[in-house]
Amino acid sequence: MTDPITKSASAMPPSAVDQSLLYPSPYSEFWQAFARNKGAFAGLLFMCLIVFCALFAPWVAPHTPSEQYRDFLLTPPVWLEGGTWQFILGTDELGRDLLSRLIHGSRLSLLIGLSSVVMSLIPGVLLGLLAGFFPRLLGPSIMRLMDVMLALPSLLLAVAIVAILGPGLINTVIAIAIVSLPSYVRLTRAAVMGELNRDYVTAARLAGASLPRLMFITVLPNCMAPLIVQATLSFSSAILDAAALGFLGLGVQPPTPEWGTMLASARDYIERAWWVVSLPGLTILLSVLAINLMGDGLRDALDPKLKNAA
Amino acid sequence: MSVVLTARELTRHYEVSRGLFKGHALVRALNGVSFELEAGKTLAVVGESGCGKSTLARALTLIEEPSSGSLKIAGQEVTGANKAQRKQLRKDVQMVFQSPYASLNPRQKIGDQLAEPLLINTNLSKAERREKVQAMMQQVGLRPEHYQRYPHMFSGGQRQRIALARAMMLQPKVLVADEPTSALDVSIQAQVLNLFMDLQQEFNTAYVFISHNLAVVRHVADQVLVMYLGRPAEMGPKEDIYNKPLHPYTQALLSATPTLHPDPLKPKIKIAGELPNPLNPPSGCAFHKRCPHATERCAREVPAFRQVETRQVACHYAEQFL
Repeated sequence: MTDPITKSASAMPPSAVDQSLLYPSPYSEFWQAFARNKGAFAGLLFMCLIVFCALFAPWVAPHTPSEQYRDFLLTPPVWLEGGTWQFILGTDELGRDLLSRLIHGSRLSLLIGLSSVVMSLIPGVLLGLLAGFFPRLLGPSIMRLMDVMLALPSLLLAVAIVAILGPGLINTVIAIAIVSLPSYVRLTRAAVMGELNRDYVTAARLAGASLPRLMFITVLPNCMAPLIVQATLSFSSAILDAAALGFLGLGVQPPTPEWGTMLASARDYIERAWWVVSLPGLTILLSVLAINLMGDGLRDALDPKLKNAA
Repeated sequence: MSVVLTARELTRHYEVSRGLFKGHALVRALNGVSFELEAGKTLAVVGESGCGKSTLARALTLIEEPSSGSLKIAGQEVTGANKAQRKQLRKDVQMVFQSPYASLNPRQKIGDQLAEPLLINTNLSKAERREKVQAMMQQVGLRPEHYQRYPHMFSGGQRQRIALARAMMLQPKVLVADEPTSALDVSIQAQVLNLFMDLQQEFNTAYVFISHNLAVVRHVADQVLVMYLGRPAEMGPKEDIYNKPLHPYTQALLSATPTLHPDPLKPKIKIAGELPNPLNPPSGCAFHKRCPHATERCAREVPAFRQVETRQVACHYAEQFL
């Protein structure tokens, strides 16, 4: 019975080699699809800049972030009246250089955003997959637990978690990750339950696919679109939540520069010196925008339907 | 010819919740179906929506356990098979689904999808898998460059050929096709059907072909099984059933087939009403409320599925129609 297959197979190899040359590798294919999206590419450039600043902060920043220039309290940025080239973006209420603080602050802010997204995305997806694949056994218990977490105000829950674990950077990240967990679980479960009824999952089952294979290779890639969007959105809320915790004295402790804390601590000066509040806010806004654009590009580049036919 | 698929009194019941205080209702989706299928032959299952065709398909492909009855695939009993035996059985039964738009994973390349059964069930190397996939693709009329493409780049007919290729990768002994052409253009249907038949000859596979298109069934079937409300109504060789249907339901089905030149001497048999509620099936013969020939006896006694000449019929008065 195998004869026809082996016979025709022996005629195949030359064309098999030819056509693998025709097609780009998965990585270059992905990159082409991503780079075609201008917004995503711009977002990627901006994020590269921020990451560069974070990595090389001591060399990029013109001043030490915590040094107080007592003669230059609340100096405006250079393009305003009274600004000097010594402090390009001005100084804050203690005479510290804003640009340097922003550059140094990117380290912590990026760390908080990234690590809390990763720490909630991975367990959230796992729990969601389990709840979707075992709708009778595990589903109800997991989902009720998530409902309880959703019922509490998120900041209150975060404060409670930090109060239990003790203040500090890592505990802040853990608290934010736990708070944003339910949205990932719900999204994943809903997408999984929708996909599980489709015939291609049954076909994979008929082919003998094991449970992990069904979960991670067959079903999960088809559920990624809402998860990527949620991950990029929660990156920004993580930075803001960290700021809120810092404001309450439970997060990053001053004088460590961090965007959210800078935003919160300078609110009193918003009428006299707008730049002290606006510039950290603008930085957060731009990086969140860049990440969201990147997320959109990522989602589209990973969806074969939106790629150009090769 | 060897028998590869034997079903004996296959039943599948579902419990349906009717609310908090009412207790469960029992839906007899499949209620005692028996047949034998030889290698290289096609059994067509026909019937209207809700008659248990798809439940039968799910039971045959081991997606669902039958509630009772026995199912033998290639001589191996399915109920009570251990893990290793089930793994072997899985390879012997494959399925082609109704909608080619839902049955292919949109995020996997065609080549990867076709190689998946080999990856899971065999120890072939990557190059060997690729060779086999390319050979199978050629057999179903796909070009080698389609290997790297995604499902959305194909038409419905091409997708159904890909689905068929995937089902045939492991060279199963039984292929269950659940209305494989009903989602396709008429112009493509014949092409796909011919491909089904070519592959059947090539691999000597037994087909269970589920359809409600009687013209398609006439084209592909060797045996025809007509089902009504989870029970077999009539089963026999294709020619006999088409030329002289003995069960009133089969007669009505065949007479409902549209033709270009209707025979004025053969008036269309119209059956009144709808398929009864499977939660509350009629007493006696399930068809008696719609049957033009029904008598009191039909309301009382469930007709046995009995041999009448070359076929089996479940009607008290089958002999009258001979």
